[in-house]
Amino acid sequence: MNISVQINGDRYQGEVEPRTLLSDFIRHQANLTGTHVGCEHGVCGACTVQLDGQPVRSCLMLAVQADGRSLRTVEGLAAPDAELSPLQRAFSEHHALQCGFCTAGFLISADALLARGGALTEAEIREELAGNLCRCTGYEGIVAAVLEVARAESPEA
Amino acid sequence: MKPAPFAYAAATSVEHALELLDQEEARPLAGGQSLVPMLNFRLARPELLVDLNPLGELAGLRVSDGRLEIGAMTRQAALLRSDVVAAGWPLLTQAVALVGHAAIRNRGTVGGSVAHADPAAELPVALSALDAGLRLRSRGGTRTLALGEFLRGALSTALEPGELLTGIEVPPAPPRARMAFVEHARTHGDFALAGAAVVFAPGRHAALALLGAAPVPVRATAAERALVAGADAAEAARLAVAGLQDDYRRALLGTLVRRALERVGA
Repeated sequence: MNISVQINGDRYQGEVEPRTLLSDFIRHQANLTGTHVGCEHGVCGACTVQLDGQPVRSCLMLAVQADGRSLRTVEGLAAPDAELSPLQRAFSEHHALQCGFCTAGFLISADALLARGGALTEAEIREELAGNLCRCTGYEGIVAAVLEVARAESPEA
Repeated sequence: MKPAPFAYAAATSVEHALELLDQEEARPLAGGQSLVPMLNFRLARPELLVDLNPLGELAGLRVSDGRLEIGAMTRQAALLRSDVVAAGWPLLTQAVALVGHAAIRNRGTVGGSVAHADPAAELPVALSALDAGLRLRSRGGTRTLALGEFLRGALSTALEPGELLTGIEVPPAPPRARMAFVEHARTHGDFALAGAAVVFAPGRHAALALLGAAPVPVRATAAERALVAGADAAEAARLAVAGLQDDYRRALLGTLVRRALERVGA
């Protein structure tokens, strides 16, 4: 089946089998390998992408289901000149990653959370990010990074 | 961890979906948050997947004559965000907040959760306590079943081949009823080991549904009668789990039932 998917503003077309997972289309046909594949059954959150702005598991969608839709992956976070987004900078400053395997999923989930706007508590951040697993950091740096960006964007909180 | 080959068809209408489903080894694909893992593990090997996601007519929340109508393709995230649901049926809001994680709820559907019939799923237990009815449709017509008639066992329902769950009807809760959903899961967002859903209006109405007592939600009818008659939380909890054989499950479920009842002032 021929599909056409908008990813980070660019159009990607390709021939896929019905069984091709969206995660595999993103990595192997669009060649956007920033999205990582961990468990392939929806538990780890590494493959999380934004579908029309909402975080979803790309391993639990078929590529054909994304035909005509708009996706955002980790490659879409930094500015076109490769300047890191405030969230990415905060991840670096707070040591919110070590091996980096889970990082794309965390960034995509946290970016969607921050895009909703408004003040965020640490508890809300932990609740929203509970669907992403990290085996290195113990989560402290990740939560601190998101909290710092949330506070910078909503100073009254 | 990749699905076996299958054919795929995006449904263009409910009639189209029913036509496609009226054949051997065809399965409907709702949010895919349970079915796609089963495909990836090759635990499910359908010949044809009928994608219901294009069917906007099956998605949405509506209140009519005081009854809540939930389209089968309503996303769990939409149920969680609904002010109407939070005001009239807060049990559903509490239960759906415990389903998976944000990214799962953005795709997962209410109908999919019910039709998948996982024994540890929260929504069927909450819907049981709310006396919900399920609307089923096939090419031959429609019928409505109570949740207890629909769920037959673990991953097993009364759906006939070619039949589709299209919507869920929730009757109005008794005036001023209080509701609570409490569960225990080993990790956040995981399937629960046990849980309890309660709808309580002192002296008038008590509904208590148990998660983890059996492969399907169980209504604790003896405890419900005792609650209406004025039993306290500890006594009702004891009655609710008295029949359970397993010591750990009885202790865990008894504690969760008592907490749920205390939360609604029983």
